[in-house]
Formats: sequence, structure tokens, C-alpha cells
Amino acid sequence: MTQYLLSVFDDRTPDQLPAETLEKLYADVDAFNNEVMAAGAWVFGGGLHPADTASVVSVRDDETLVTDGPYAETKEQIGGFWILEAPDLDAALEWAAKATRACQAPVEVRPFQDEPPA
Amino acid sequence: MPGSELAVIDRVFRDEAGKAIATLIRLFGDIDVAEEAVQDAFMVATEKWPEIGLPPNPGGWIVTTARNRAIDRLRRESTREDRHAQAVALHIGAEPVPVEEPVSDDRLRLIFTCCHPALEPAAQVALTLRLLGGLQTPEIARAFLVPEPTMAQRLVRAKRKIKAANISYRVPRDADLPTRLGSVLTVVYLIYNEGYAASSGVELVRSDLCAEAIRLARLLRDLMPDEPEAIGLLALLLLTESRRAARTTNEGALVLLGDQDRTLWDRDLIEEGQALVRACLRRNRPGTFQIQAAIAAVHGDARRSEDTDWGQILQLYDQLMARAPSPVVALNRAVAVAEVDGAARALDLLADLDLPRYHLFHATRAELLRRMGRVEAADAAYGDAIALVTNPAERRLLEERRDANRS
Repeated sequence: MTQYLLSVFDDRTPDQLPAETLEKLYADVDAFNNEVMAAGAWVFGGGLHPADTASVVSVRDDETLVTDGPYAETKEQIGGFWILEAPDLDAALEWAAKATRACQAPVEVRPFQDEPPA
Repeated sequence: MPGSELAVIDRVFRDEAGKAIATLIRLFGDIDVAEEAVQDAFMVATEKWPEIGLPPNPGGWIVTTARNRAIDRLRRESTREDRHAQAVALHIGAEPVPVEEPVSDDRLRLIFTCCHPALEPAAQVALTLRLLGGLQTPEIARAFLVPEPTMAQRLVRAKRKIKAANISYRVPRDADLPTRLGSVLTVVYLIYNEGYAASSGVELVRSDLCAEAIRLARLLRDLMPDEPEAIGLLALLLLTESRRAARTTNEGALVLLGDQDRTLWDRDLIEEGQALVRACLRRNRPGTFQIQAAIAAVHGDARRSEDTDWGQILQLYDQLMARAPSPVVALNRAVAVAEVDGAARALDLLADLDLPRYHLFHATRAELLRRMGRVEAADAAYGDAIALVTNPAERRLLEERRDANRS
């Protein structure tokens, strides 16, 4: 089993979407979440507030620096994510195919590193 | 060691390395372990075979030796660091019977891994050549005209992704097979094209790519005898290959299909390709490779250029357009239209195509204009084509055609 991060890339914020679209989106994502849980593949997941709510923390010359985010200066920001467990990439891609339909935005699939041996 | 024995080992390597690597990957679940073990086994072979003679089953010998080498290596390394590797080694060591005969499915699984759509296309091609074709990284780099470190990096990155992302090592389930098979066939087709497009008589390495692609296409046909598109791809490659000798002059200049000396066409390849096309027709599950093969088969039927059944070719292009419409297919279809309905009709069709950066679009336009006696417009179109062409043999041909148009 491998754990995968499924990130949703969406440059739209909820207030930019018509109410109907939003309603359907929430319902579909809810159904997707339930399906993942029922399959025992769920590790964690959730939607994020828009990227302009982000803060960035870094260290320069041993001094902690806090700045207004987001860190990456790009239009495409992560809007939400799941961590799922799947037997292989094909299985993870299959979840991603369902996820992208539910949330109506591209989904990036990325494997987690193995846990270091105990 | 005498050269002849080295040559034998070399041949065994080309024939057996892909099978052995595929089997070792199944046993150890790791591409690097498998590759190293098979390399080791061939090193042992170069030492031992001159003494003991060629074993009755060289492929089985290589797999068994590689397997033992890999277990030794994993045990050695595991005492130092990785207990997981030790567990794998012990588990495999405990298997009752060594796998002497590679399971034929091993290579099929491996090619689906190599051609996984989650890998970048250039890496799919390189991995397939390396793991299934038994080509070394420097050979692949030369064939694709990229620096060796670039190719090595590409392979390392792809192998790392397979491992990290856990790209599985199996034949896709039926529901996914059509798309996944498509990407496998496309990789083999790209390998052939890379060799064919550049075969100007000087690039010998690249004709190896054609041979390798045909070998892979045969393998796919053998492994998936019920997939008509796999048969179609093999037929297409054989029929294209049949014209290789006639396609260039001794000086390496290109010769257009209509001008080729057809006695130079390889009749055996044509017959084999045409028989495959007939087998596809009987199955009646057409696909793009089968249709392209059928077009090549119709050309193969014509002993003289003027005997070509352009009506049938046009029908086949119509089918191809219905299935896989693209500007390039439309351009080729227009060439058939020119033969059936005349150059003016074909020129009208070209006006709707958006291929401003494609040299063959301008070359085709030039030929049509020339045929209609529009010398100046043809000259300009030849100029556009020459400005875009990159292959030297194609450039020379275009320049010749332009000069002939002027005189």
C-alpha cells in the first residue's frame, strides 16, 4: 500500500461560483468522501480557505520571519486535498478521476515517501 | 576470448536480456535490482561460457544466474542496512523451484509499465528500448540525438517515479486496455518513426531503431494475438519497411513514393504485411493502425506507380478521418483526392488546414500548384517548405523539386 496526496488545483473561490454549481460540487465531494471511507482508503482530507488567507513562515539568519502568503506566486493554488491509501498508482489515479469530476478541477496525484523503518 | 564467442554472447544478450529483466522484475519488484542482476549474469557468461560451452538454454541460464546474483547482493546489502530487502531476498530464496523459463507474460506486464501514461512520452520510449530492447543508454542517446547524460537522467527519473509512485507491474484490466494498449502501440510506432524519418543512408544507428521497433511489434502481436490493432501495427511497420531500399538513392537522397524503383521493394515483407492486413479484415474490428496498414498494403499491390488504386486509398483515408481526424491525416487524404479528383480539388481542401509550421503541408501545396502549372505560387510554397524542413535528405529533395519547377 502507498499513500498518495491528491491536491485540487482551483483558481476559483466559492464566491465566484453560482449557487447551483456550488451546491452540486459540495454534494458530489461529499459522496466521493463517503465512497473513499467505505472503501477503507481514507486517511485525511479537507477543503482550504482561499490562498489569500495563507501566511508563510521561514528562517533567515536564524531569525523567524512571518509574511503574508501564499508562498508560490502563481494563480493555481491548492484548494483542498485528500490523503488516500491505494495499492498502486492506477488505483490512486482511479480515485483521482472520481475526485476531479466531483470537485470540477484538476487533481494532482503525488506519492508519499515510505515511512523510515522502525 | 575469441571474437566469435563474444558475438554469440552479444546475440544472446539482445535476444534474452529483455525477457530476463522482465522475469527478474517480477521476482524482485525492482527495476534496478533486475537490471544489475542481468548485467552481472552476462558478465559471468562471458567468463564461463568459453569454458563450459553455450548452455542448452542460454536464456534460462541467464535468468537463474541473475536470480542467484540478486539474492546474494540483497543478502549482502541487507546485513548492512535494509531489513526489508533481506525479507524480500529470504522470501524469494525460499521459493521451491527456480524460474528457469520466463513466463511470457512478464514482458507484456513490463511493456505496460514502461508505457504508463503517467510517464513522460520520451521516457516511455527510452525505458521500452532499454528494458525490453536490451539497448544500452549510450545507444539510446545516440539514436535520439541527445547527450548521454540527458538520456541517463531521463531513465533515472522515470525509474524513480515508477518506484516512488508505485506504478504497478501488470497488464491493465479489460476496461482500461484499449487506452493503455494504444499508448504501448504508439511508443513502438514512435521508435520506428524515429529510425525511419532520419534514415538518410548515413545514420546507421537509426536503422537499428526500425529493426527494434519491428521486433517489439512482433512481440506484441505474439503476446496479444487477439488484439487486431497489435496486428495492424506490425503490418504497418513491415509494409513501410518493405520500401526502405527504394526510399533513398545511393547518395542518401530521398525518393518520393511515386518515383521509387519498385523492383527494390522487399516482396517478402509486403506479402507478410498484406497477409496480416487480410487477417485484420476478417476480424472486422478496424482501428487506426489497421487502416494505415491497409493503405500501405494497397500501395504494395501496385507494381507500377500508375497502377495504384487511389479510389480505395481515398476510401481508407475517409475511414481514418472518421476515426482519428487530424490535420496531418487530412493532408494525406488530400494527396489521394488529387489523384482521384484532380489537383484543384485537393488544393481547396488544403486551404482549410491549419498546419503553417509543418513542412510537408507546404511541400504538398507546392506539388499541387506545380501540377496545375502555377509555377510562381509553387516556387513560393517550395520556399516555405525548405525554410521549415530540418532533415537534410528531405531538404535536398525539396530543393531539387523547386529547381525542376523553375526550369
